[in-house]
Amino acid sequence: MKKELNLTVNGQPYELYIKPKTLLVEVLRDHLGLTGTKRGCNSSSCGACTVILNGMSVKSCSILALQADSAEVLTLEGLANGAELHPLQKAFLDHGAFQCGFCTSGMLMSAKTLLDENPKPTAEQIKEGIDGNICRCTGYNSIIRAITDVVKGEYKEEK
Amino acid sequence: MSKYSVIGTRVRRVDGPEKVTGNAKYTFDMVLPNMLYGKILRSPHPHARILNIDTSQAEKLIGVKAIVTGKDTLGRKQGIWRRFSELCDEEILCRAKVRYIGDPVAAVAAVDEDTAEEALDLIEVEYEPLPAVFDPMEAIKEEAPQLHEGAELNINVTRHIEWGDVDEAFRQCDHIREDQFKCSSQAHVCMETHDAVASFDYNGKLTVWTSTQSSYYIQRLLTDMLGLRESDIRVIKPPTGGGFGSKFELDSAQFCASVLSMKLCQPVKIVLSREEEFTATKRRTPMYYSVKLGAKKDGTLLAKEVRVITEGGAYTGMGATALYLTGFFSSFPYKYPNYRYDGYRVYTNTAPTSAMRGFGAPQSTFVGESQIDMIAEDLGIDPIEIRRKNGMTPNYEVPGQAYIQSCGLHQCLDKLEEQIKEQGKLPANHGIGVSAYGFMSGGIFNWFDTPYAFSSAIVKINIDGKVDLFTGACEIGQGSDTTLSMICAEELGVRLEDIRIYAGDTGICPVDLGAWGSRETLMNGNAVKMAAADAKRQLLEFAAAKLGANIVYDLEIKDQWIHLTDRPERGFSYFDIVKEAIRGRDGEVIMGRGHYTPHRKGMISPAYSFGVQAVEVEVDTETGRVKLVNVTTAHESGTVINPVGIEGQLEGAIMMAGGYGFCEDQPMDGGKILNPSIADYKLIRSLDMPKTKILPIDTYEPEGPFGAKEAGEGLTNPTAGAIGNAVYKAVGVRITDLPITPEKVLRALKKKQKQNK
Repeated sequence: MKKELNLTVNGQPYELYIKPKTLLVEVLRDHLGLTGTKRGCNSSSCGACTVILNGMSVKSCSILALQADSAEVLTLEGLANGAELHPLQKAFLDHGAFQCGFCTSGMLMSAKTLLDENPKPTAEQIKEGIDGNICRCTGYNSIIRAITDVVKGEYKEEK
Repeated sequence: MSKYSVIGTRVRRVDGPEKVTGNAKYTFDMVLPNMLYGKILRSPHPHARILNIDTSQAEKLIGVKAIVTGKDTLGRKQGIWRRFSELCDEEILCRAKVRYIGDPVAAVAAVDEDTAEEALDLIEVEYEPLPAVFDPMEAIKEEAPQLHEGAELNINVTRHIEWGDVDEAFRQCDHIREDQFKCSSQAHVCMETHDAVASFDYNGKLTVWTSTQSSYYIQRLLTDMLGLRESDIRVIKPPTGGGFGSKFELDSAQFCASVLSMKLCQPVKIVLSREEEFTATKRRTPMYYSVKLGAKKDGTLLAKEVRVITEGGAYTGMGATALYLTGFFSSFPYKYPNYRYDGYRVYTNTAPTSAMRGFGAPQSTFVGESQIDMIAEDLGIDPIEIRRKNGMTPNYEVPGQAYIQSCGLHQCLDKLEEQIKEQGKLPANHGIGVSAYGFMSGGIFNWFDTPYAFSSAIVKINIDGKVDLFTGACEIGQGSDTTLSMICAEELGVRLEDIRIYAGDTGICPVDLGAWGSRETLMNGNAVKMAAADAKRQLLEFAAAKLGANIVYDLEIKDQWIHLTDRPERGFSYFDIVKEAIRGRDGEVIMGRGHYTPHRKGMISPAYSFGVQAVEVEVDTETGRVKLVNVTTAHESGTVINPVGIEGQLEGAIMMAGGYGFCEDQPMDGGKILNPSIADYKLIRSLDMPKTKILPIDTYEPEGPFGAKEAGEGLTNPTAGAIGNAVYKAVGVRITDLPITPEKVLRALKKKQKQNK
C-alpha cells in the first residue's frame, strides 16, 4: 500500500512512507511541514507551488512525490543561507516585489531557476521566466525590477 | 530636507522578511492538534427546493466525525447590511431552498480532506428543481420566477440620486447622446482561497483564524449567526493572501467550520478549492447601463441621466453598496450641475455579486469615460480639454452628496497631457486613450450598524522604548501594517524598526472596520496618529518638566531625540526619557489611545483621490487582439506615506483593471460558470504586462493623516475605459461591452469595413 520515498529537501535527506497518489506538494507541506510552498490552484496553472527539483523548476502540485524519488528538492525555506538572505530575497524586499506574499515562494523559485540557467537574462527572458507564476497583487513589474537588479550585480551573495 | 523622517521614504515592508522566506503562516498553513478537515456540499441546481437531506450513509464512513445541515444552525439569515433586515437574506447553510449553483447545503468534518470529500458523495439530497432566471433583464419581468419572498419582480435594492433640474437642463443642451453599455463580471482570484480554522472549546469560546479583510465584521456576523456573545468569539487574521473585496463578508468556510467545531469541540479547518472560489464566492457586479449625456457646443456638460440594472445574483452581500457607489461615481470626476441616477439591483439564480476593488466605480468609469470621449468627438473637442473644462476642483460640493476638499485633477490632466505630447507620433494600429477618475478614502455609511468608532488604535511604549501598536486594521497584502507603522513612527519621532504592529486580532486589538473602500490609510491612519500623539504627549509632559524650559517653547520628538522645537540641540534621548517617565509613573507603561469616525463629511467619504490615466494599445487587425503597450498614470493621493506601496498598488491595479478591460470574464450557461479554473480564466501574466509609469502629483488632504488619502482602489477605475478609448483611437471601433475581446473587436472591424464599402 504505502511506498517508500527517499528524497533530499534543502540538503536534508528524508525517508518517508507515503500513499502512491501523494503529490510532491503534499509531501513538502503536510509531511515535512515546509509550508513556504503554497498551493493556489492544484492544476499547475498558477505557479504558487513551484519548487526546484534537480535544478529544474517544477510545479509541485503536478507531480507525484514518488516521481521525485532520490531527487534533490529546493524550497523557499532553503533559499537563504542561514540568517543571510539570498540576493533575490533582498531585492524582493527592496523593490516591494510582493504584497500578500502568497505567490512569492513560487515566484522566487522560478526566478532562481532562471538565473541559475542564465545569469544574464534579457528583460524579455526575465518576463518569460516568471510567466508561469500568477501574482494578483503586484502587476509583476516590481518583481521584474528586483530580478533585473540581481542580474546587474546589485546584490552580492555572501559566501 | 524633508520635514518628515519616516513617511515618504522607501522602506522594506514590515511583513517582508517573513514573506520572502516562507515563514509567514497563513490560515492555509495552519495545523492545530486534534484538528479535523471540513468540506462543503453545494447545490448543483440554480434554483430548487430542498425536500430532504439524508446523511446516514455518509455518517457511517470511517473517519467522518460530524455532518451539519441548515437544521443544525439557528436558521438565521445574515447579510452585511445589518441595519436592514430584508437585506440579510443569506442562510449560508440553506434549509428550504437553494438559489444558485454552489449554494451550500451541508458540511462534513472528517479526519482528512479525502475522507470529507468521499462523505460528500454519500450525502443524498432530494431536490425539487424550480424554474430559474439568470439574466436581470428577464428577472424583472412579471412571469419570471421569484427568488426571495417579498422581493417583487426580483428587485432587491433600488437607488435614486438626483440634483439640479435634469429635464430642463436637457432642453438647454446643444447636443445629447444616449448610449448603452454593459459591464461584465470579474473574479477576485485571491491567491489564497477563502479558508478558516475554527476552534470551539469547552469554555464556550470560539476562536477563528481566517483569511479576511475585516476580523471585526466576521466576529460580529458570527455572533449574529451562532448565538454566542460577541466577546466569546475571537477572530484572528494571520497573513492573508489577498482580498480585493471578496473577504469581508461572512463566508461558507468561516461559518461551516464554526458550526462543525461547535458540534465537536474540536478544531475544524476548511479551505475552499479553486473551483469553489470561482463558483461559490461573490464576484464583481455585472451592470447594464443606459446613459443620456447632454452638453453645450463648447463642451460644457449640463446634464447626465443614468439608469443601471445590476445582476445581483442570489443574495445581497455588499451589492447594495456597489449599486449606490456606481450611481455616485457615475458623476465623477465632473461637475454636473444636473444629475439623475436610478439603479436597480435584481436577484438572479447566479453566484451572488458584491464588492470588488473599485466597488462599482470601474464600471461607472468605463461607461462615463467612454461616453465623454464619444461626446467630445461629436463636438470636435479634444478629450483632455473636455475633461479639463468639466473636471472637479478643490472645495467642490457634489450637491447633497459629498464635499471634496483636496482635488488635484487639473494637475493630473496637465502632467499627463505633457507626457502624451512628448511621445509624438505612434506606429500604425496603436492608439492612446485617456480616462479620468476619482475614488473615496473609506466609506462614511454605517449599514453595518456598528456602535464602535470606525477605526481605533492603541500605542504602548515599553521600557526599552520599543512601541507596540495595536489596531484592528487588516493587512491583506495592500501594505497597511507598513503604512500604519510608518505613521506611528513619524508621529512619535522614532524609527520604523522601533514599531511592532499587532493587527487584525479581535482578542487584543481595538475595533477597525477593516480593509475595504480604501479606508485604512486615512481612517486607521488618523486613529494611529491620534494614539501616537497621545503617547507622545505623556512623554513630552515629563520631558518639559525635566527640561525646565520656558513655557513659550514647544517640544517635539524627531528621530529618537526629544528636544525644543526651536533649539534642537537642547534635549534628551527618547530612550532615556521613556525609562524615566515609566519609573516616574510608578511603573505604569505609556499608553496612547486613538480613534476616528468621520463626522460632517457628507454621505460618502471624508476625502477623495483623483487621477488620469493614459493607455497605449496595439490592436492586431487580423485577430482583433488588444495588447497593452504603455500605461501612464497621474494619480494624486495627498501626501504619499509609503511610496513603494503606491507603486505596488498602481501596477497591481493595472494588472487587475487591464484584465477587466480586455481578458477577464465569467461566461455562464444556465447559471453555471464555464471557466472555474486559473487555466481557463484568463489573467494578465508577466508577458502581457505593459510598461508602467507613475507621474507624481503633489496635493495635501486636510482630513488625512499628514495629508494622505487613498491609493488602493481608485487606481482600478480608469483602465478599462482608457483601453476602450485607445482601441477606438487605434482602429476606429467603439466597444461598449466589457471585456474588449478579440471577437468583439474583429466583429466591429468587419462591420466597419462593410459600412465603408
